[in-house]
Amino acid sequence: MPSRSPDKLFDKILIANRGEIALRIQRACREFGIKTVVVHSEADRDAKYVALADESVCIGPPPSAQSYLNIPAIIAAAEVTDAQAIHPGYGFLSENADFAEKVERSGFVFIGPRPDTIRLMGDKVSAKSAMAKAGVPCVPGSEGVLPDDSKEVLRIARAIGYPVILKAAGGGGGRGMRVVHTEAALLPAVALTRTEALAAFGNGALYMERFLTEPRHVEIQVLADEFKNAVCLFDRDCSMQRRHQKIIEEAPAPQINPRALARITERAGDACRKIGYRGAGTFEFLYQGEEFFFIEMNTRVQVEHPVTEMITGIDIVQEQIRVAAGQKLRFRQRDVVRRGHAIECRINAEDPWTFVPSPGRITAWHAPGGPGIRVDSHAYQNYFVPPNYDSMIGKVIAHGETREQAIARMRVALSEMVVGGIRTNIPLHQELLLDDKFLRGGTSIHYLEERLAKRKQAA
Amino acid sequence: MDLRKLKTLIDLVESSGIAELEIQEGEERVRITRAPQQPAHALSAYPPPPIHAPPTALAPAPPGSPVAPVEEGHTVKSPMVGTFYRAASPGGAPFVEIGDTVSQGDTLCIVEAMKLMNEIEADASGVVKAILAENGQPVEFGQPLFLIV
Repeated sequence: MPSRSPDKLFDKILIANRGEIALRIQRACREFGIKTVVVHSEADRDAKYVALADESVCIGPPPSAQSYLNIPAIIAAAEVTDAQAIHPGYGFLSENADFAEKVERSGFVFIGPRPDTIRLMGDKVSAKSAMAKAGVPCVPGSEGVLPDDSKEVLRIARAIGYPVILKAAGGGGGRGMRVVHTEAALLPAVALTRTEALAAFGNGALYMERFLTEPRHVEIQVLADEFKNAVCLFDRDCSMQRRHQKIIEEAPAPQINPRALARITERAGDACRKIGYRGAGTFEFLYQGEEFFFIEMNTRVQVEHPVTEMITGIDIVQEQIRVAAGQKLRFRQRDVVRRGHAIECRINAEDPWTFVPSPGRITAWHAPGGPGIRVDSHAYQNYFVPPNYDSMIGKVIAHGETREQAIARMRVALSEMVVGGIRTNIPLHQELLLDDKFLRGGTSIHYLEERLAKRKQAA
Repeated sequence: MDLRKLKTLIDLVESSGIAELEIQEGEERVRITRAPQQPAHALSAYPPPPIHAPPTALAPAPPGSPVAPVEEGHTVKSPMVGTFYRAASPGGAPFVEIGDTVSQGDTLCIVEAMKLMNEIEADASGVVKAILAENGQPVEFGQPLFLIV
């Protein structure tokens, strides 16, 4: 596939994000010959992608609320630089429907789905209901918000089957949840969770689902254009998590029932067409007992997109830009071929065992290389990792013909990597890459935390 | 930075092949751009941005040493992103000129964003010593606008 489009896609794109994803988006734009405007807070003045941008605009002081979440400042920056489109990256405003709407109303292209799609998928209850209607299986649950009537709540839980999990309708990302194992504990748990949800999200509405005890987190990448073409780019396994934060991701997910996968892939594609999805997106599932259960949809590019890029050869960020420019997808489902296996390790500036953040100056930086190794990082020698944002300073991705080769390459790569001056979680990755359950594959979302707890006890 | 120094710098840009000259001394920063085609936020592509002063016209300034005696004073910085205007309307009288005495709270300029005109007020009292942004040009958060002494 040619890397440079014959038609001019956009003249100028504003990158409304920071860190490695800002650099990633910038690279995609520069390859296309699209000018980049980077907005940044005062803490990110020395960022690599700021120096490489055609234009940069400081939009606020370090706190995110006054900079990367500052909608008027970002739109003003787009205005003064005459940008045509805004790429929101991931996190920050990427799934903020109001932002998408304001961007469009101000005359810019929002590189992502339509605002109403973002809104639909942002409310976890409406997202489930839309998916259920589109034929995508969901975790058995309350089919809507829990009523106030205690008798009804008890009945719903009995129908679902214990253990159940209570979730805030306005929550997400692992927050505002509580597991209930017995009927006796249910009503007090509901009252408590409602209060917490109200305090945390301003919305006390709850829904209930069956709690899966040993699920894996398996997700499917999709790309859709404005002409109702939707393509699935295989699956990823992101079960290696700590406190709902992914640490290692891989594509494809190992040891998945092929028929179940084929079925769910078809349903995901159909759902995209049905809701008129536009751009890149990810359907997240819990996988247990060879069954898929939809939990939520992410209407943005994800951190772990590189593993999918490595096994398909498709540049997901560039496809986002093409779709946003009104182009048709240049490939059909049958054109998408998987080659090999890829693993990604998220490199965080934190103590590998206590997870205490470790911001500060990187006094020595040496990134790995070699066959099948890709490093997505905005860090460089003497770069100061600011304390104001999340701790991820880069991602190392290893691709191989087989899962074993990808793992072997990753081990070699991490052994070469040097990050001096701050702590990183590279030692944790190195331990996990030798862990026999990880090597066998298919560990659940609880595995890492259980293992860390055991490690702590043994110490 | 006094007017004579500014004039020297402007002449320097005009007579040389420099497209853009930026000098920073302490909190003061001056950027002079030749006939800007785009908003003057393009920093040079590779950090740190070098000062492209030809050796004949200006004594080369090693990094860190001031070109002119450092002025004491208060720099009024832009609290937002937008377009800087010296007057309330095009062709109108500027809010302040160099040499004017201002009190804290006086309107110094407008920064316009998303069709809204925002009056930027002096956060200190004194005399306007320098105007550090160009009329009609974009400004970013924290960009120096005025020097008040």
